[in-house]
Amino acid sequence: MLSRLSLLLSVIGMMLAQSANAGLNVFACEPEWASLAEALGGDQVRVTSATTARQDPHHIEARPSLIAKLRRADLLICSGAELEVGWLPMLQRKAGNRQVLTGQRGYFEAAMLVDRLDVPEVLDRSMGDLHASGNPHVHLDPHRLLTIAMALSERLIELDPENGALYEQRRNDFNQRWQNSIEAWEQSAAPLKGLRVVVHHMDWSYLFDWLQMVNAGALEPKPGLPASASNLTSLKQEMEQNPAAAILYTHYQSPKAAKRFSQLSGIEVVELPYTVGGAAEVTDLFSLYDVTLKRLLKLVQ
Amino acid sequence: MSTRLLQSAAVVAAILSTAAEAAGDSSFNPEISLILDGRYGSFDNDSDYELPGFMLGGEAGRGEEGFHLGHSELVLSANVDNLFYGKMTAAIAEHDGETEVELEEAYIETLGLGHGITAKAGRFFSGLGYLNQQHPHAWDFTDAPLIYRGLFGDQLLDDGVHLSWVAPTPMFVKVGAEITRGERFPAAGASNDGVGASTFFAKVGGDLGESQAWQLGISHWRAEVEGRTSGGHHHHEDEEGGHETPTYSGDSDVTGIDFVWKWAPHGNATERNLKIQGEYFIRNEDGDVVMDDESDAPESTTYDGEQKGGYLQAVYQFMPRWRVGLRYDWLDSDNKGSDEEVLAEAGLDNEGHTPQRFTLMGDYSHSEYSRVRLQFARDESYEDKDNIITLQYIVSLGSHGAHQF
Repeated sequence: MLSRLSLLLSVIGMMLAQSANAGLNVFACEPEWASLAEALGGDQVRVTSATTARQDPHHIEARPSLIAKLRRADLLICSGAELEVGWLPMLQRKAGNRQVLTGQRGYFEAAMLVDRLDVPEVLDRSMGDLHASGNPHVHLDPHRLLTIAMALSERLIELDPENGALYEQRRNDFNQRWQNSIEAWEQSAAPLKGLRVVVHHMDWSYLFDWLQMVNAGALEPKPGLPASASNLTSLKQEMEQNPAAAILYTHYQSPKAAKRFSQLSGIEVVELPYTVGGAAEVTDLFSLYDVTLKRLLKLVQ
Repeated sequence: MSTRLLQSAAVVAAILSTAAEAAGDSSFNPEISLILDGRYGSFDNDSDYELPGFMLGGEAGRGEEGFHLGHSELVLSANVDNLFYGKMTAAIAEHDGETEVELEEAYIETLGLGHGITAKAGRFFSGLGYLNQQHPHAWDFTDAPLIYRGLFGDQLLDDGVHLSWVAPTPMFVKVGAEITRGERFPAAGASNDGVGASTFFAKVGGDLGESQAWQLGISHWRAEVEGRTSGGHHHHEDEEGGHETPTYSGDSDVTGIDFVWKWAPHGNATERNLKIQGEYFIRNEDGDVVMDDESDAPESTTYDGEQKGGYLQAVYQFMPRWRVGLRYDWLDSDNKGSDEEVLAEAGLDNEGHTPQRFTLMGDYSHSEYSRVRLQFARDESYEDKDNIITLQYIVSLGSHGAHQF
């Protein structure tokens, strides 16, 4: 009995010791922010992502494993701008973790740090699942991402000042590498300017804004509603007037609608990674942009 | 009066305009949502509903025939400040031709206690079981499982305090307790100066790989019951034609186990997903039943009862928007008393009948805010077997909060 008790106590002790380790437990809502936190935090952060590239960040559930993870988090990083409105508030309430509540220092809302596109003038559900604060998929513009990265690094330093120098060094490295990459990406992406593409969902607004590409239409009749036959037919007619170069979709969306529209219209389907993990070779934010541009550039060669 | 109206209209307009401008979680402060639920029911027989072996109360019943409304719910919720969250749900429903507004939930919940601790006070759905905390509009079938109908009058709802703790462990572990007034069915009577009922529960859960998530729970509820009447649904006429109301006083405790398992390919539930859940409850009661006929010497009996039952259900979304579900319900009871006749009059004799029900449903959700459902039930919960067809729509207007796992 006594040995069992001491075993139990030592297990509890181990758990407490683990949570008292130096560094930060980071809970990221999406893989892009998990990757950014790893890039900026290095060995000082233990990062988990609530979603993978195969999951739609609009629609996941406040499931038990996520409650347990958020319970132990020091920092919560999410896109925000209502992307996670369907599950994050519930998760925050269930986890009972004061540090990661909205407005606390342990709460980091990436999209709110930059200007957002597609801010609706009128909010009406008949127009689909609109975000009042604008399009939350901000990570696909490297300039906005850099702004967010700098702010995130500040936050890491604030929460874990002991390792401040390490975070600062990593930030400078990241900043340098990222700026160099932006220059290279912008040079290689010049032919994409004006390229017309059809999208599945409005995931790519920031990418198009950056590369000056043109959104020629969406498979979803309204944001958040599944693609319908009638919408595809009317979209096809539009394409006959003013054709597009490709139909874009990503991992978490069913390829069925894109393929069906491709058969209807004869337009090529291109799968883009969208986030880290969205393709085998996309292991961090750098390769996310590399692969995205590579696949798009094939269309103009 | 008209200036007041104008004033309030201006206030509403101001709220709505700021709501449209503001961002994030606080965009509607408070968040307002309205649930509309309309139904058409068709039964095969017209006899009065009963559940042999169970004293019915609360919302228990098999629903209504023809066109009718379910619960229309108005929900207001918001973070009060950085410490509290508040929520109110008013259900507007028709009972016996009268429109009644019921306060279903009105509680505050702490946000900022930290250390995994959450406290709640007010009126709320008990943390017992799995389905109990879900609103009827979130149910996968149009009605509650028979065991919820028999034990709790569809849902266990009470006024009191709730405390829960999430452990700082890799696996989800949560324990909680509630102390409540115990005035509503099935506790009834608000004994012990209005702190007559208590609940304990524990839950564990986690993921199995990327595609599966599970949760397992146990719970226990107990109350000292003072004068629980089998309200409205179950009056018995005696020989002289007068009404007798079966009234129970004594101890009552319920112990239950619940599980839910969800599967979606790569954890992406938007295309296909499967949910399997089941619960089992057992109730023990020990006390007296009095057939209250407003006379000085009503009939009575001792009552030592055991009632149990459960359900098992599976709901499968086979393509976006479309789901099918299957549910099996069963009940059993073993009630003893000093006067078997009185026990039978109180509806506590199961008449050798073990209630069961098979339910099949299919629903279509045009968006996450609207759902149309067709349900067929082969209801053998009482002696007159019934085939029940229900057609239902459920829509939500406004900012609709997240559902629980």
